[in-house]
Amino acid sequence: MMHTVNARHTTPRVWLVGAFAVVAAVISGVCIGAVHIAPLDALAVIVNHIPGFHVSTSASASDSAIIWDLRFPRIVLALLVGAMLSTSGCSYQGTFRNPLADPYLLGVSAGAGLGATTCIVVTNSHSVHWLLPLAAFTGAMIAVGLTYTLGRSALVGRSATSLVLAGVAVASMLTAIQTLVQQRNSDKIREVYGWILGRLSTSGWSDVQLVAPYIVICLVVLFQYRRVLDVFAVGDEEALTMGLPVARARAAIIIAASLGTAAAVSVTGLIGFVGIIVPHSLRLIMGNSYRRLLPQTAMYGGVFLVCADIVARTALAPQEIPIGVVTALIGAPFFLFVLGSSRQGDLT
Amino acid sequence: MTTLTLSHLDVEIASKKIVDDVSFSVSTGEWLCIIGPNGAGKSTLLRAIAGIIPSTGDLLIDGTHLRTMAPRDRACWIAYVAQEPVMPSGMRVFDYIMLGRTAHLRLLASESPKDFEVTQFVIDELALQEFAHRDVATLSGGERQRVAIARALAQASPIVLLDEPTTALDIGYQQDVLELIDRLRHEQKIAVISTMHDLTVSGLYPDSLMMLSHGSIAVQGSAQEVLTVERILKTYGAHVRIVEDSRGPIVVPERKPGL
Repeated sequence: MMHTVNARHTTPRVWLVGAFAVVAAVISGVCIGAVHIAPLDALAVIVNHIPGFHVSTSASASDSAIIWDLRFPRIVLALLVGAMLSTSGCSYQGTFRNPLADPYLLGVSAGAGLGATTCIVVTNSHSVHWLLPLAAFTGAMIAVGLTYTLGRSALVGRSATSLVLAGVAVASMLTAIQTLVQQRNSDKIREVYGWILGRLSTSGWSDVQLVAPYIVICLVVLFQYRRVLDVFAVGDEEALTMGLPVARARAAIIIAASLGTAAAVSVTGLIGFVGIIVPHSLRLIMGNSYRRLLPQTAMYGGVFLVCADIVARTALAPQEIPIGVVTALIGAPFFLFVLGSSRQGDLT
Repeated sequence: MTTLTLSHLDVEIASKKIVDDVSFSVSTGEWLCIIGPNGAGKSTLLRAIAGIIPSTGDLLIDGTHLRTMAPRDRACWIAYVAQEPVMPSGMRVFDYIMLGRTAHLRLLASESPKDFEVTQFVIDELALQEFAHRDVATLSGGERQRVAIARALAQASPIVLLDEPTTALDIGYQQDVLELIDRLRHEQKIAVISTMHDLTVSGLYPDSLMMLSHGSIAVQGSAQEVLTVERILKTYGAHVRIVEDSRGPIVVPERKPGL
């Protein structure tokens, strides 16, 4: 019986592998690029920025600047955004019992898209840089608010399905408006597309500082709900009779997942597939228990986005491919590979 | 001893009365079986008691109103097994049964060693050791029913509602499940309210029967009182013969006359 008990908990080995993947992704991300940097230099420069640590390094001042001011913040942003998007997707899939749910389920993407497009169109190029995240974030939160209000007031009551349907309706409407705005301002279409296809900025630490608090808080809240997500698996009715305050728990999960996604989207634009591919790949490998899945999803979501970013930066260097295109292009075949290579017996 | 009391309970769905003025009480150690034709409101009544759908009238547990309770407190009193419990694929039997401990945990808490102990106890009690590791989605009908009952037992509530626990099962599994319920209600001191289709079987295990017709109680009492030729003809429109047996009346279907 000990085996059963242990199987509920993530073994140290799984954590170690995950941690190794994160470190490997970070070092690769820092070292790979137009200027080649040795892995040890990269590590040394990063460690030297931790208060109380000092190691000698052969890295030049310009290398240090590239590592600390250009590449590392971008990688941290990728880790945060990847973790947030995949954890949101995983949480939505759990609470809605829908394997196709993604972080943009309740209209976050359409709302953020409309906010960003409006901002790009109405503001001058000088202020757009700092207004854009705010506009996208506001749009996303308004969209989710609208979805939630409509979904709850619908005839069907408070069911999960009515929420999802309301999300579809809200997203269609906002996308239509966004398309209209974009079509009437075709001179800005390139900028709008640049945002929609997603990109990780290179503006140093400011974006990280902007979104880190939101993402960290939302991730922590969602992790608290990992056992609750397992209870949701038996459906709303049975979960209620087992003592789960279904409506309240779902509301908390939706708020945390949407807020975090909105924060991520506000600085990176729309990066698709992460929220579906990462949780499902892990599900195929380690089973369906959310308490084990959720933390791993966050880790590998970050790793996945860092890797996608490396490809985006280097595949057509010196040009950069929008990262949203990369996640879809490498994510979908990767997912199919995992799907094909998993067998029934692997659910442990 | 715990007593669940319903008085003048009504359930209305889309302004149609599905359950109409139902009153009864059940105490721990007793088994009440609700019978009645399709659409009589059996499942609706159970779902109303479980708090899944709204109802009016008094719903009391030892004098306390159930409706004012939070889901968690309510779940500590009443456990519910659906007609076809959802078996989430990829979840192990052990984990599924432990979900029953939700009512005893704060919303964001994790299970304590006690919850593991209770779960293990229930597994041993129901002899589920051999498939504790299996994926619940791969279980057969009879295994699913036992596992769902195990989950309700892990919830450790004095009242257990079972919606058609045997309908999907063949005669052997039916007997296994019914014997199990009967043993548990005596040993664990729980009150069982179940719905059932098979009239003969419903007279065999439960203490008392309640026949619903169009949402209201047609007759309530012992199997001998409820399972009569006239009553079954009136409520079900079925022609039967009753064979008296020391263990309870046996309901034998007849050919309809004049055909």
